[in-house]
Amino acid sequence: MWSIYLNVVVQGVLTGLIYGLMALGLSVIFGVVRVVNFAHGEFAVVAMYATFVLFKTLGLDPLLVVLPIAAAFFIVGFLLQTVLINSFVERPEHEQFILLVGVAIIVVNVLLMIFGPDTQPTNLSYAFDSYLVGPLIIDKVRIYSAVAALVIAAGLFAFFRFSRVGIAIRACADNLVGAAVVGLNVKRLYALTFGLGLACVGAAGTLMVMIADAAPSLGPAYTLLAFIIVIIGGLGSMAGALVGGVLIGVSEALAGFLIEPSMKSMFSFALLIAVLVLRPQGLMGRRL
Amino acid sequence: MPRKSIALDRRRLLAGAAAVSLIGAPAILRAQSKVLKLAVLLPRSGYLAPAGQSCHRGALIAPKVLADYGHQVELVHVDFESNPDVARTQCERVINEGVQGVIGAFDSAATLAIAQVCEPRQVPLVVNIGAAPQLTEQGYKFLVRNFPTGGMLVTNGLKLIKEEIEATKINPKTAVFLHANDTFGTAQRAAMDKLFPTAGLAFQLLESIAYDPKAQDLSVEVTKIRSLNPDLLLVVTRAADAIKLVRDMVRQRFEPMGIISPGSPGLYDEEFYQALGPLADYPIYNIPWADPKSAMSQALEAAFKPANPSYRYAVECFNVGFTFEALLIASNGFKVAGSSNGADMMAAIRQTNITDHVMIGPPITFDEKGQNVHIPSAGVQNRNRTPTVVWPASAATMAPVLPMPGWQGRT
Amino acid sequence: MIAVWRGLSWRQRALITLFFAALVLAPLIADRYLVSVLTLILYFAYVGQAWNLMMGYAGQLSLGHALYVGLGAYAAALLWIYAGIGPWLGVLAAILIATAFGAFIGWLGFRFGVEGVYFALLTIAFAEFTRIAFDHLSFAGGSGGLFLPYEQRRLGEWWNLRGGQLVFYYTALLLATAAVIVVARLTRSRLGYHWLAVREDEAAARALGINAFRAKMAAVMISAGMTAVGGVFYAFYYNNLFPGQIFDISRSIEIILAPIVGGLGTIFGPVIGAFVLTPLGESLITITERFGINAPGVKAVFYGAVLMVIIFLRPSGVWPWLAGVLGVSERKP
Repeated sequence: MWSIYLNVVVQGVLTGLIYGLMALGLSVIFGVVRVVNFAHGEFAVVAMYATFVLFKTLGLDPLLVVLPIAAAFFIVGFLLQTVLINSFVERPEHEQFILLVGVAIIVVNVLLMIFGPDTQPTNLSYAFDSYLVGPLIIDKVRIYSAVAALVIAAGLFAFFRFSRVGIAIRACADNLVGAAVVGLNVKRLYALTFGLGLACVGAAGTLMVMIADAAPSLGPAYTLLAFIIVIIGGLGSMAGALVGGVLIGVSEALAGFLIEPSMKSMFSFALLIAVLVLRPQGLMGRRL
Repeated sequence: MPRKSIALDRRRLLAGAAAVSLIGAPAILRAQSKVLKLAVLLPRSGYLAPAGQSCHRGALIAPKVLADYGHQVELVHVDFESNPDVARTQCERVINEGVQGVIGAFDSAATLAIAQVCEPRQVPLVVNIGAAPQLTEQGYKFLVRNFPTGGMLVTNGLKLIKEEIEATKINPKTAVFLHANDTFGTAQRAAMDKLFPTAGLAFQLLESIAYDPKAQDLSVEVTKIRSLNPDLLLVVTRAADAIKLVRDMVRQRFEPMGIISPGSPGLYDEEFYQALGPLADYPIYNIPWADPKSAMSQALEAAFKPANPSYRYAVECFNVGFTFEALLIASNGFKVAGSSNGADMMAAIRQTNITDHVMIGPPITFDEKGQNVHIPSAGVQNRNRTPTVVWPASAATMAPVLPMPGWQGRT
Repeated sequence: MIAVWRGLSWRQRALITLFFAALVLAPLIADRYLVSVLTLILYFAYVGQAWNLMMGYAGQLSLGHALYVGLGAYAAALLWIYAGIGPWLGVLAAILIATAFGAFIGWLGFRFGVEGVYFALLTIAFAEFTRIAFDHLSFAGGSGGLFLPYEQRRLGEWWNLRGGQLVFYYTALLLATAAVIVVARLTRSRLGYHWLAVREDEAAARALGINAFRAKMAAVMISAGMTAVGGVFYAFYYNNLFPGQIFDISRSIEIILAPIVGGLGTIFGPVIGAFVLTPLGESLITITERFGINAPGVKAVFYGAVLMVIIFLRPSGVWPWLAGVLGVSERKP
């Protein structure tokens, strides 16, 4: 019996890592630029469709296109911040919210117009394979995507820890005025951060098609999920985003297994409420 | 509508329909004209879009086929965006524009919103698809439904499952019932809870599991089912979920004797076949289906093909067929009543008795509540990635195959 | 009340009277479609006004207001179906339950210092949690839905909200008008000034001796209660309730669009906002159909674009700008 539980937990962990990568992007954006990106999930869906298109037309495996798509999203994020979001950074939250709701509505419906409402599966040749490790059955697509997510997250972590630009961004997050006083170009760093955040989302979306099918309606659910994970893991903590993702993945899996699967989201929301009230800085919250 | 060449541009077709509906002769003239103006309200965007657009494809080819059967109709197509508020106001609008009958709406909430409008305005509402039992229980006089209720689907489905098991000589001892926790799935679950104990099936229902239709994947659900190890898996799914279900079953190497649906969509959507290839074969779903031997169904198929080169009638005939039949019922009512007066048409519609129609089953009739209680289900199985009627033998084109072959080694 | 009226300029009084008279007389000249759209507008003006109280005056961002609509709707509907109790009494139960929930959420938020976007997420979490919970409540129909019977013989009972279009139109008008009056009264009351102080600078307000906690709680509870009444209306207008529809986050977003576009923290903002957005949506449908554009989603794209344009050009809302043009700007308290 314990082997079944182990299976459930392992599935939860692997799925959670990808969700964590998506949440990571939000954590970076919110933690530094302080913009509430309510279109976060929609960007992930765009990445899913981009990957799907590349796979269908050029036969490229998602693992190959992760970095190019992430790079493309970086550029999009950079431009988006400079052109649009920058003027909204100082504005009250509800205005940011409306702006991004508008963006989200447009993105979802443009996708609907282009691709139609049906889900578009990415039919990888190994989509149906699994590894047998003792009593564990591990899906190939899940382990590959989870490992890729970890690698990307590690890369991002290293960037923020060791590179000049990364340290400068963290300075902005810690103390905006101080950073400006010291001579850092805050606007440009904001743009870089937004770009990095979207690159994360892009990468997460690319990996997501390995375990889920692209559909226009997925956006809002992903946005909500990203926010839940970020809050629970702790705003501004990158490790927190990953840990939060894994926690949500595992708890949802176990809740679904032990109680009724249709209730499993209730558990995540209850957890969110508990964290917001009792430990709002999240499990690992601190600044970046 | 003027005749055009076979290579019709869908966009132009709709523009033509919209333009014609705009010209709108005064109501008096219409009452005496032979052309019936009908509105088709469907969710073509929003979360119900896949089904709505499928029904819409049926609505688009309907006028031509109806004309061949002697009915002149002019259609107004409305997308209510899976939002009942929009359905309600748009229904008011189209009735203002002279529509004499309404067909819709796939979504029960929107259908009831529309009923709130059609009832006081005395405009017949013919429900093409919608399984919530309450639609014909709430007391609406201007509503009829040519679609089985959740209870009917399950009753017929269980009966067919019993016959299919006997015909294929498998001997399942246990089963698990998996259903989506949405309006349709819950209605099916309620019916199952009530009807299964007395259905006389030889196997035991171990557990009923409800899953969240918004879930990204069904791996946890499949693991749960796997831990119970049933011989049969009974499912009520929707489009995307069926793909996730089979995928996780393959990955987790779970091979029951069969996947059988007592009546639901999902197992016969085009993307199901695209995504799974040979793995899509062998699930059985017991639902009303287009009669391959019906002349009207064949006419519909002939019209469908050129207008929709990238869709298969064999896959869409459920949505297309029921939408067409709803339009047929309204047109027939108009013809019999001889006027487009709402009350007269409704009286005629309630007395409907149409022998030649699209779906398998006896002539279309309605009981005193406006429900067609005689719609049977047929056993349809995926074979060669195509829905194929396998039961009853009178309508079947192939014999049913159970237990289903293992996942590995399928071509 | 009289004091409020006295405080208005003659221009303002004239405009309000004209506007109100037009709405009262509208069904005489408007067709059924227009009346149904107006009913929708007034409904959104009402719930938008209720939300405006919490956000525009007390500064608390709630993105889960659909929770109160749903609770109110289900409370009244269940009482009607199971006990034959009409909406006049049902609304009391609705207000009670919604206010209790609001109080709980407010207490959790304020007691533990959950602010800004975190508070917003708290409200979302509660709404979603309740949605899934109602999906599993079989006595309320679960995800299969709750249905109010359509009884022809009872159609004349306007006090039970059974009847034709006009019953609902005038009820909606009544609600929207009452909401405007309530908000106008409240903002000029002591509580209203406390709200303003807390919104502008909570620490300073506390220093002055204002009980910020109580002020914020009052805002949340009044807002929740008011919204629930809208839910009661909704239940009897549509005669069916589904948790997945009524508690959904898209509904919460719908509710807040009108007040934000119209003008937060103003008395007529939500009303004007509703009069801008709902007709916009409806006319976009008609336009795309007239042009034969068969692309589901086009209307929504335009809608999203309009939202972005409005928030860019008139971030404090359409109404303050319009009022300035007409010379009837609301007196800043």
